[in-house]
Amino acid sequence: MTFDIGDGVDSAVNYILDNFAPLLDAIALAIGTVTNGIQGVLLATPFLLGLALFVLLSLWRVGIGFAVFTGLSLWLVDHMSLWSAMMETLSLVIASTLVAMLIGLPLGIAMARSNRVAAIVRPVLDLMQTMPAFVYLIPAAMFFGLGAVPGTIATVIFSMPPVVRLTNLGIRQVHVEFVEAGNAFGCTAAQLLFKVQLPNAIPSIMAGVNQTIMLSLSMVVIASMIGAGGIGNTVLTGIQRLDVGTGFEGGIAVVILAVILDRITQSLGKERAGIWRTLLRGAAQPQATPAAAA
Amino acid sequence: MACTTESGLTEIDPQVKISIRNVFKIFGERPEKALALLKAGKTKAEIHASTGCSIGVNNASFDIRAGEIFVIMGLSGSGKSTMLRLLNRLIEPTFGTIEMDGRDVTRMPRRELIALRRHEVSMVFQSFALLPNRTVLGNAAFGLEVAGVGEAEHLRRAHAALKAVGLEAYGDSRTDELSGGMKQRVGLARALASEPSVLLMDEAFSALDPLIRTEMQDELMRLQAEHSRTIVFVSHDLDEAMRIGDRICIMQNGQVVQVGTPDEIVLKPASDYVRSFFRNVDVSQIFRAGDVARKTQVTIIERQGVSAAAALERMQHFDRDIAIILGRDKTYHGVVSRTSLIEAAGNGAGDPYRSAFLTDIEPIRASESLSSVLGRVASSAWPVPVVDDDNHYLGSISKSALLETLDRTA
Ligand SMILES: Nc1ncnc2c1ncn2[C@@H]1O[C@H](COP(=O)(O)OP(=O)(O)OP(=O)(O)O)[C@@H](O)[C@H]1O
Ligand SMILES: [Mg+2]
Repeated sequence: MTFDIGDGVDSAVNYILDNFAPLLDAIALAIGTVTNGIQGVLLATPFLLGLALFVLLSLWRVGIGFAVFTGLSLWLVDHMSLWSAMMETLSLVIASTLVAMLIGLPLGIAMARSNRVAAIVRPVLDLMQTMPAFVYLIPAAMFFGLGAVPGTIATVIFSMPPVVRLTNLGIRQVHVEFVEAGNAFGCTAAQLLFKVQLPNAIPSIMAGVNQTIMLSLSMVVIASMIGAGGIGNTVLTGIQRLDVGTGFEGGIAVVILAVILDRITQSLGKERAGIWRTLLRGAAQPQATPAAAA
Repeated sequence: MACTTESGLTEIDPQVKISIRNVFKIFGERPEKALALLKAGKTKAEIHASTGCSIGVNNASFDIRAGEIFVIMGLSGSGKSTMLRLLNRLIEPTFGTIEMDGRDVTRMPRRELIALRRHEVSMVFQSFALLPNRTVLGNAAFGLEVAGVGEAEHLRRAHAALKAVGLEAYGDSRTDELSGGMKQRVGLARALASEPSVLLMDEAFSALDPLIRTEMQDELMRLQAEHSRTIVFVSHDLDEAMRIGDRICIMQNGQVVQVGTPDEIVLKPASDYVRSFFRNVDVSQIFRAGDVARKTQVTIIERQGVSAAAALERMQHFDRDIAIILGRDKTYHGVVSRTSLIEAAGNGAGDPYRSAFLTDIEPIRASESLSSVLGRVASSAWPVPVVDDDNHYLGSISKSALLETLDRTA
């Protein structure tokens, strides 16, 4: 006898569609507004201005060498006529990362504060990460149709686990003496979280955000199958027409975006590059290096 | 349990700041079962094997007085840190009561406990526990900021606290730019900024190298002299305990085995465990001259018109070669010997005592440490007199008495 899980899922999806339509519409509206807003801004930005912003960001957060790489590679993307496709992809990445953080940070905090929440959430995260990425496309498309909104939702589900996990881990790994100090000086639970735990968990949380961004970039490309748009379309066209050249160009654009996002977001959890810190501090405070105690 | 406490007291002693009564801390799931076994006389290891519980503190009862430096000492794992953290309830006690100024800390509602931690009790940690995301000033201001003191006010008070520990120039520095000793000064400033009446210090100087450590002990004593607080100081180092402690509490396997002044602990150790602590300790650092002075010498009160003959008579009677001459108010005047008295009398000097004073004997002050007077006692032909700050005679230190004292711990 075969036991058909697929049928069960089908009827569950139908039930939700029939009974929760207003909720689904509200979600679609909220996410659609975010995604479209970001997309509108990014697409309205002229290439040269966008290029300049990326180069400056690279210079500030990473260094001169990386700024040169950013400039050249983005020029290449524009040359391949993929700039606006890249901006579309980027806006999907930003929107889904924002939503993933909006849900993932509080969830990670809740996990860190309660072993029971952690025990419940952890297997769900495992499931989310081990499911093949394509699987999310089907219910997303069924609930929300085709386009950027279901693309963003599928991407959020696929890319959220790292930020949840690393927020939880980062808070749990804050040195016990810091937590003791916080409590010993009379912190309330909220003060402990915002003044002691979160500031000291930032590197770990940012590592989670970085992974979430990388995952959402890979998912956004796949989500072009349900009409999310962006560079994914180029790759898809390449596959459908067996046009290696087009597919390859799309692939290169994705890699370039991935490298730029990775390097810049990695730097966010860390101190600003050494030379900048020294310059800034040197200007603010002439005797920056303390002599021996009096 | 050999525990020298004043647990018989019924009325509240105004001197007592914190009163700890029958406090237990049992870590684990089944504390009642562990407590029953504990009362049945089972050891920590047996209890751990049968219940999985570990005993942090076992039936501690003692008082900490207002304004004293109270040192908790013991080997690793004896429950010192646990005992300290029970006082501000960073660790919840399993049984017993802890009263601070008459209020039961163990049953305080959360809100009141937070107020207590913000305004009355603060803490200094062994590994400093300075928050790396804050500057030195930000760390010093932490407690005040948490307590909701306005920005201008908390920065001003944090700055004053930094100034008190000599770090006012480092307010904008990052904590990782400081040396260990400076970090712990910041730790002290952070704890002092809220002007608490109780300061809890867990091995606060143990991570520092010996010179800096002594310097920090002096710093603590100086701050204590300026503004007297009740300080509970955990240490595993007897020298440190003896140096700064007004009273010392010795813990073993979670139990309090003795509470007393440094002298009491050295002179009357309650057990071999306590004795083992100072087997290698240099007692000459612990004792002051006044602790060793004995009134075994002949003393003679100088009066108008007394003759040398009376003095010689007394010295002969007690078979002593020297006598200490005192004023009517017991102030020290000098030392005479039989020979010097006879000589002076033969010369027909007007004052039979004054002209007979031995010139090679200088009195020792009672507050001087024994180590600093060893040489003088050893090289003197006679026992050396000891006087207090008002020049009153307290006794003398003879070579044999000195040797006996030094030999005590051998
Ligand atoms: N959180 C805990 N859970 C279980 N057992 C604990 C816990 N904290 C302390 N203990 C146990 O309580 C006992 C006393 O520990 P405590 O840390 O108070 O000792 P200590 O005297 O401060 O030692 P040290 O000098 O090493 O710091 C030890 O046997 C320890 O194993
Ligand atoms: Mg300890």
